Amino acid sequence: MISGDSTRAGEPVAIGGAAVTRPRVRGRFSPLDWVRRGGLSAVAFALPMLVIFTAFSWYPITRLVVLSLQTTNLVDPPSWVGLQNFRDVLNDPLFMTALKNTAYFALLALLFGFPIPLIAAVLISESRRFRGAYSALAYLPVVIPPVVGVMLWRYVFYEPSSVGLFNTVLGWFHMGPYGWLQSTGTAMPALVVESTWANAGTTVIIYLAALMSVDRDLYDAASVDGANLWRKVWHVTVPQIRGVLLVMFMLQIIGTAQVFLEPYLFTSGGPANATLTLLLLVYQYAFGNSIGVGFGQAAALSLMVAVFLAIFSLVFLRLTRSWSTT
Amino acid sequence: MKSSFRAIRLLVVAAALFLVVGAASLANAGSQAKVTINVAALRPGSSADAQKQFDDNVALFEKQHPNIAVKPVEYAWNGATFAAQLAAGRLPTVFTVPFTDARTLGEHRQVADITAGVKKWAYYKKFQKTIIAEATTSKGRIIGVPYAAYAQALHYNRQLFKQAGLDPNKPPTTWAQLRKYAKQISQRTGAAGYAQMGLNDNTAGWIATTVAYTLGGRMEQGRGANATATLNSPFTVQALNLLKQMRWTDKSMGSTFDYTWPTINQAFAAGKIGMFINGSDIYTFLVQAANLDPKIYGIAPLPLAKQKNAGVMGGGSIAVVRPDTKGAKLNAALQWIDFFYMEKLIKKPAALRDARILVANQQPVGVPAFPIFNKVQYDRANSWIKSYINVPIKQMNPFLKGIFKQNLYPEPAASTQSVYHALDPVVQAVFADKNANVSALLAQANDVAQKAIREGK
Repeated sequence: MISGDSTRAGEPVAIGGAAVTRPRVRGRFSPLDWVRRGGLSAVAFALPMLVIFTAFSWYPITRLVVLSLQTTNLVDPPSWVGLQNFRDVLNDPLFMTALKNTAYFALLALLFGFPIPLIAAVLISESRRFRGAYSALAYLPVVIPPVVGVMLWRYVFYEPSSVGLFNTVLGWFHMGPYGWLQSTGTAMPALVVESTWANAGTTVIIYLAALMSVDRDLYDAASVDGANLWRKVWHVTVPQIRGVLLVMFMLQIIGTAQVFLEPYLFTSGGPANATLTLLLLVYQYAFGNSIGVGFGQAAALSLMVAVFLAIFSLVFLRLTRSWSTT
Repeated sequence: MKSSFRAIRLLVVAAALFLVVGAASLANAGSQAKVTINVAALRPGSSADAQKQFDDNVALFEKQHPNIAVKPVEYAWNGATFAAQLAAGRLPTVFTVPFTDARTLGEHRQVADITAGVKKWAYYKKFQKTIIAEATTSKGRIIGVPYAAYAQALHYNRQLFKQAGLDPNKPPTTWAQLRKYAKQISQRTGAAGYAQMGLNDNTAGWIATTVAYTLGGRMEQGRGANATATLNSPFTVQALNLLKQMRWTDKSMGSTFDYTWPTINQAFAAGKIGMFINGSDIYTFLVQAANLDPKIYGIAPLPLAKQKNAGVMGGGSIAVVRPDTKGAKLNAALQWIDFFYMEKLIKKPAALRDARILVANQQPVGVPAFPIFNKVQYDRANSWIKSYINVPIKQMNPFLKGIFKQNLYPEPAASTQSVYHALDPVVQAVFADKNANVSALLAQANDVAQKAIREGK
C-alpha cells in the first residue's frame, strides 16, 4: 500500500471509467495497527458468540465424538473401544427397524405435512377479510406446549374406547372402536397426523410471508392471459416461492429424520416396535437400561444420523442449486 | 539459672497442655460436625398426609441423631432417570431400587459397597439367604439393604365382581376360572375383565414372565453371562396364547393395551379394571397416589398350574447408597436406612412408633408383604402393630391365607431388564395382531435376550 493513499487494499478503484479491484498487498502485521483499526472491538463483539457456541455446540459435539469411541459405567473413567459402538449399532436388528420406521414417518410426513401447509397458505392468502384470523388459527397449535398437544390427541382423539372423539364419530356409522395407537398398522399414521397438526402452523406462516412477497402484477398479467387459479398457482406462485419451498423441503426431511417426541410420548416405540424411530433408539440405548452402559452406542448412532443429514443437506443443496432463487 | 529452667519447664508443660486441650476440642468439634444426607422420600404426587408422615420420621431421626441433617427429596425409581441422575451426580445419598436392578447396579459399581457397615448390624445374620442374595454381588459384596419383599398377586375389584354376579370372597384359583370371570365381568359391567401391562418399558415383559412362572416356566437357566435364555419355552408360549385368547376370542380385556405400572394402578383405582397382576404391596400406592376406595379392593394369590416348577415370582425393594458416599456421610446413610427401613421390622418400639406415625397421618398399616427375615419374625412384627392395622384385612384374606402355601421364586438373575425388554414387543404383538405368531416372535426375542446376557447388559 502506498503511504498516504486513501484507498484501501482490496477496494475497487476506477480506472478509465471501469471499476477494477486493486490486488491486496500483504504488509507487515502490526498489533498496534490492528488495535487502531478496531480489531479489539471485533473480538469483543464476537466473544459472547464464541463462548456460547463453544460451551453449547462445539464442546458437546466433541464430547459426542469422544463418547462414541468409549464405553462407560458412568462411575469409573471411560475406556476406549475404537469403532465397536458403531459395529454394535449396525449389528443390532432394531437399527434396521428404526431406520425403516423413520423413513416411513418421513415419507408420510412429506405426503401430508408438505402440501397441506402450502395449500392452507394459498387459501389464506386469497382471503382478503379474515386473513389475520385464519393465520392465527393456523398458528394456534404451535403455541400449545407439545406435551399438552400429544396428551390432547392421545386421550381425546385417539382414546381407544368408544368415548374417543374419532371412535365416537365412527360409531355413528357403526364402525370401530379402533385402537389407533395400539395397532401396528395405524400407529405411525396416527403419529404423523398429530405431528402435522402440531407443526404446520409455522410452515403456513413462512409460506404466507413468501406468498405476500410475490408481485401482484404477475397474477394480474396471468388473469389477462386467461389463466385460472390452478394455472396461476403452478405458473406464478410455485416458481416465485421455489426458494422457500426447497428450503422447507430440506428442513422437513431433517426434522422428520430426528422425530422423537411423538413416538416417545404416544407409544414409546410400540406396538411391537412399529413406531421405534432412530432418535428413540438413541434414547433407549442411553436410558432404556438402568445401568446406562449404552451411552457409547447412543453417541455412535447420534453421530451417524448427524453425518447422514449433513451429507444429505450438501447433496440436496448441490442438486437443487439451479432451481434455487438464492 | 534454676528459676529460668523452672520457667522453661512451666512453659513447655503449659504449651503441651494447650496442644492437648486444643487437639481434643478440635477432635470433639470434628465428631460433632453436622453431616447432611439427601434421602429418597415419597413418590411425586403423594398426598399431604403421606408427606407429613415422612417428615415426622425425619424429625424424629434428627432428634435422635443431632449431628445428621436429613433432606428428603421426591423420588420414584425409574431406570431412565437413574442413568441420567448417576451421570449428572444428582442421586440422593440414600435411595431405593427394585430387586430387579440392584445386583446389576452393584456389579457395575454404580451403588456404594456397604458390606462393612451392614455386617455390624445385630440382625444381619437373620436375613433370609434368598433375600440378602438380591443385594449381594457375584464377588460377595453387599450393595444394599433389602427392606420390603412382595409376591406377585392378583388384585381385583370387589364391586365389579358383585356387579358381574361373582362372589368377591372367592377369587379365581385357576387360569381357566380367571379367564371365565374376566369374560363375565367384561360382558356384564362393560369394564375390562382382566388387564395387563403392555408398554415396552419392560413392564410388559415383567408381567408376561410372571404368568409364565405360574405355569412352570422360567426365562433363563444358569447365572451371569453364561446363563441360557429360555424365553421361547412352551410355558411362555402358553402364557401368551392365554393372553391372546382373552384379548381376541373373549374380548375381555377392554380397549387399553398400553398400560404401564402407574397407569394400570390408576385405572384399577378408577374402577375400570376387574383384575390385574402386580406386586402384593401396591395397596399403599393405590391409597397414597391413586385415591383408591378401600371398599372395592381385593387381593388373591395368582393361580398356579399343576406343574412341578409352577410358582409365584417375587420382588422387592432395596435401600442403596450413591456410589461416591464415604466416611461420616456413609455412616449417616446407614443409620438412616437402619432407622427408617429396618428397625420397624425387628424392634417392637420402632414398629409401634412407625405404626403410630402412619395412623396419625391416615396412611395404610398392615399392607400384605413377604418376610425379609423369616415367617416367625414377620408374624411377630405384625402382632406388635395389630391394633394399628387399618387396611381392609378381611378383603385381603384370600391372599394372606394362600400366599404362604405357594413357592416363591426370584426374578431372572442375569440381565433382568434386558430379558423383560426383549419380551415387550412380543406381548405388544399379541395385543396388536390376532394372527401374531407367538412361537416365531419368542424365538426372535430369545436371540435378543441371549445377546444381552452374553454382553452383561
